[in-house]
Amino acid sequence: MSEESPTLRVDFLLDTEYQYAVGQYGTRFFTELRDHARFVGVQCLECGRVYVPPRPVCGICYRELQEWVEVGPGGTIVGWTVVRIPFIDPMTGEQRPVPYGFAIVRLDGASTSLYHFLDETDERKIRVGQRVCAVFREKREGSLRDVLHFRLLEE
Amino acid sequence: MRRVAIIGAAQTRFEARKASLAYNELVYGVVRELLDRTGISMREIESMVTASQDAYDGKTISGMAINEVVGAYLKSEAKVAADGLQALLYGVARILSGEFDLTLVVAHCKESEGQSSAITSLMFDPFVQRPLGLDELTAAALQARCYCRKRRITSEDMALVAVKAHRQALKNPYAQRAGEFTVEDVLASPLLADPIHELEAAPRSDGACALLLASEERARRLVDRPVCIAGIGNCTDAYWTERDLAEARALQEAARRAYTMAGISDPAREIDVVEISARYAHEELMAIEALGLHASPVELIARDRASFITPSGGPLCGNPPTVSGLVRAVEAYWQLSGEAGARQVEGARVALAHGAGGICGQNQTVVILRRE
Amino acid sequence: MPRRVAIIATGQTKHTARRLDVNIRELITEAVTRALQDADLTMRDIDAVLLGNMEPFEGFLFPELWAVEGWGGYMKPSVKFNTGGTVGTTTAIAAYYYVASGIYDVVMAVGFEKQSEGHTQTAITTVGDPIWERSVMAGAIGNFAVMATTYMHESGVTEEQAAKAAVKARRNACLNEYAHLQMPDITVEDVLRSEVLAYPVKRLDMCPQSDGAVAVIFAEESKAQRLAPRPAWIRAVATAHEQQYMGDSPKRLAEMRSLIAASRRAYQAAGITNPRKELDVAEIYEVASFAELAMYENLGFCDRGEGGKLIDMGVTELTGELPVNPSGGVMSTNPIGATALIRVAEAALQIMGKAGRRQVEGARMALATGYGGNAWTDVMILSQEKP
Ligand SMILES: [Zn+2]
Repeated sequence: MSEESPTLRVDFLLDTEYQYAVGQYGTRFFTELRDHARFVGVQCLECGRVYVPPRPVCGICYRELQEWVEVGPGGTIVGWTVVRIPFIDPMTGEQRPVPYGFAIVRLDGASTSLYHFLDETDERKIRVGQRVCAVFREKREGSLRDVLHFRLLEE
Repeated sequence: MRRVAIIGAAQTRFEARKASLAYNELVYGVVRELLDRTGISMREIESMVTASQDAYDGKTISGMAINEVVGAYLKSEAKVAADGLQALLYGVARILSGEFDLTLVVAHCKESEGQSSAITSLMFDPFVQRPLGLDELTAAALQARCYCRKRRITSEDMALVAVKAHRQALKNPYAQRAGEFTVEDVLASPLLADPIHELEAAPRSDGACALLLASEERARRLVDRPVCIAGIGNCTDAYWTERDLAEARALQEAARRAYTMAGISDPAREIDVVEISARYAHEELMAIEALGLHASPVELIARDRASFITPSGGPLCGNPPTVSGLVRAVEAYWQLSGEAGARQVEGARVALAHGAGGICGQNQTVVILRRE
Repeated sequence: MPRRVAIIATGQTKHTARRLDVNIRELITEAVTRALQDADLTMRDIDAVLLGNMEPFEGFLFPELWAVEGWGGYMKPSVKFNTGGTVGTTTAIAAYYYVASGIYDVVMAVGFEKQSEGHTQTAITTVGDPIWERSVMAGAIGNFAVMATTYMHESGVTEEQAAKAAVKARRNACLNEYAHLQMPDITVEDVLRSEVLAYPVKRLDMCPQSDGAVAVIFAEESKAQRLAPRPAWIRAVATAHEQQYMGDSPKRLAEMRSLIAASRRAYQAAGITNPRKELDVAEIYEVASFAELAMYENLGFCDRGEGGKLIDMGVTELTGELPVNPSGGVMSTNPIGATALIRVAEAALQIMGKAGRRQVEGARMALATGYGGNAWTDVMILSQEKP
């Protein structure tokens, strides 16, 4: 069959819904975030690492995690970008407005990092190692979106 | 040739909805229990095989959520996107290759989080079948019709399978649905897709299970008479609309391979306990026949001593998809290690675990376990 | 002592952006037919078929079972894997273990993807954890971009140096009749001037989306020797995972814990102490230009922070000391379910002396890698000499 011979196509729109359980560790984190606008992590008593997101086990030591500690709200940029490519937000089905700042942020006191938005879209003003601070929403509902974004701090 | 043994197993209770647990918590719970039961530390385990499905988990690469809790940090894990018993087969291959002594095998699913019918509709040919709105249940109903007509099986015969399953499940603490039902009860339960009634179809379930495989040498250091994998067989059939749905040829072939490897010539006499992965009642009858356990499966089920067929109650009493085949191996192992509690088949030495995947059981797996 | 295992045949489709003339089933058939022809085999010679595919990209559940006739699976054992970018190497490694185990003698590994048939960005975004990552993710490109800035900061690598890797890929691809993006005239300036998607990643730094399939046949020793004039022997396989979340790896590309662990384990098994000297060719899963340079460092081809210098010196060019991705790599061809298995197929072609215009003269030891999910890694080492 040659490329010239016209072939047909069928189109499907998959529209299926999921209801994800946040779980016990996540619920504790998001409850603290919603009710007190603060971050918590969970510490491994073997290696001392503080995990954000919190989770049942330290994968490195394979030790169950139970020791909760407060982290943030300040943090440091580990990696960053300014997204300029238009793309559909799978949570809303709508196009995310571009450009927007985006970073890997290590909260103070944590050993691992969160992905989140930055309040800056000028590439010349962002760098690795820069200090940031979480900006919380006024009305919080218990999800990572309760953090509006991270704000760059003046040096 | 090296041999592979099972040295421990664990499963969660199957429930319609485990709303309080995220995937990593669900799986960590079952792995922790397995480690505690066997006394093996995660440090000693270098190899893991997991089974789960992106479409059910609503996540591309469903294994990502659980790699850390199965202990795979800097270790070798692979995820099969197939029935859980396929994960056990690959685990066996990993140990037989000589590279690993221990392999953890884990399957999980939370069917409650997605929409099963929409998900299983994705198995169907997009050009000529999907537009018809088919799902796993409707295809199973078509198969039940074909099979029952060819073998002259009545609605009451099929209902008997459900009666037996739910009675067995009364003895299984992990079961989601159990009870003393009559044939009339089964036939009075809602008709889901003619001829399948609600009690003749697996419920929607959340759950996980895990097994620890070891080389025979390693297993002998832990137990005197280990439960070994004596035979394995897998076979893929044609797509469902391109074969005779009344026949289970792939299962016959998978069984033939497993029996040959295990040196079994008369399965009806040599196998003491069988765990069949029947998500619909007619599938249990088809499997009994295809596995060569009895020429007239209805007759066998109607007899009292049929309790060696799926003593756990099987998928009709709880069935997280993907977990279904692997938990059959968990049950078969417990029967041979004497840990099956009230559902124990006395003196069981040879057990069969069955798993199936795809539309109307397109891919079939058989595993034979033997205790010395 | 495990049984010795070798690759005896490979087959690929011509990878392109959109194959409107075939469906998934027919696409797979092209690759499988070519692999069987390569070793003059029929499906009767194949004991089992292992498949790799990322069905969220096509909106399918068990597409391989629908396509069974396309890969000759009727009445054969089979199993499907799904592990993200690594799925092709996961499948190849499983084929190795299944043959080494003695369960099967001849196993065919098949990887396929018709990425044009689904919504790639959505499928990639749902890689993110629904609770912790998805609502704030920026797709595959945003994710690579944040890793790239970390790497630039740690190693001092420049956008120009990364662009050189992108140019090398598309020029090498011109020598590969199966490659998707073939750009003979591409320059470093073209890459630097291409649209900024997410700083520092520009359009030409990234891999394309492709439709394609690949099949690779593995056999135990006696059959391998009988069926292939020069089999590619498997010397080592290794897999290493990361922790659960995207932000868990402390330095991402600048310190790829899983690639370091898996490659060192494989080098040790293959008796390699100096990979840059002892490997003759590498086919790595480089996803984006910056990742290729970072992988040089993490694979031990050079010291930390020297990835940019390695590309400046031309070490990894087709004519260099250690050619990397003579095929054009992932930056030229990326049908996800097939991509990592294409790395294995290309490494095998080099060992078998069948790589045509992209052949590295005298290649005796080759490396293939897969990279996927939350930064985890597969490694396979092939050689002309038996293990
Ligand atoms: Zn720890």
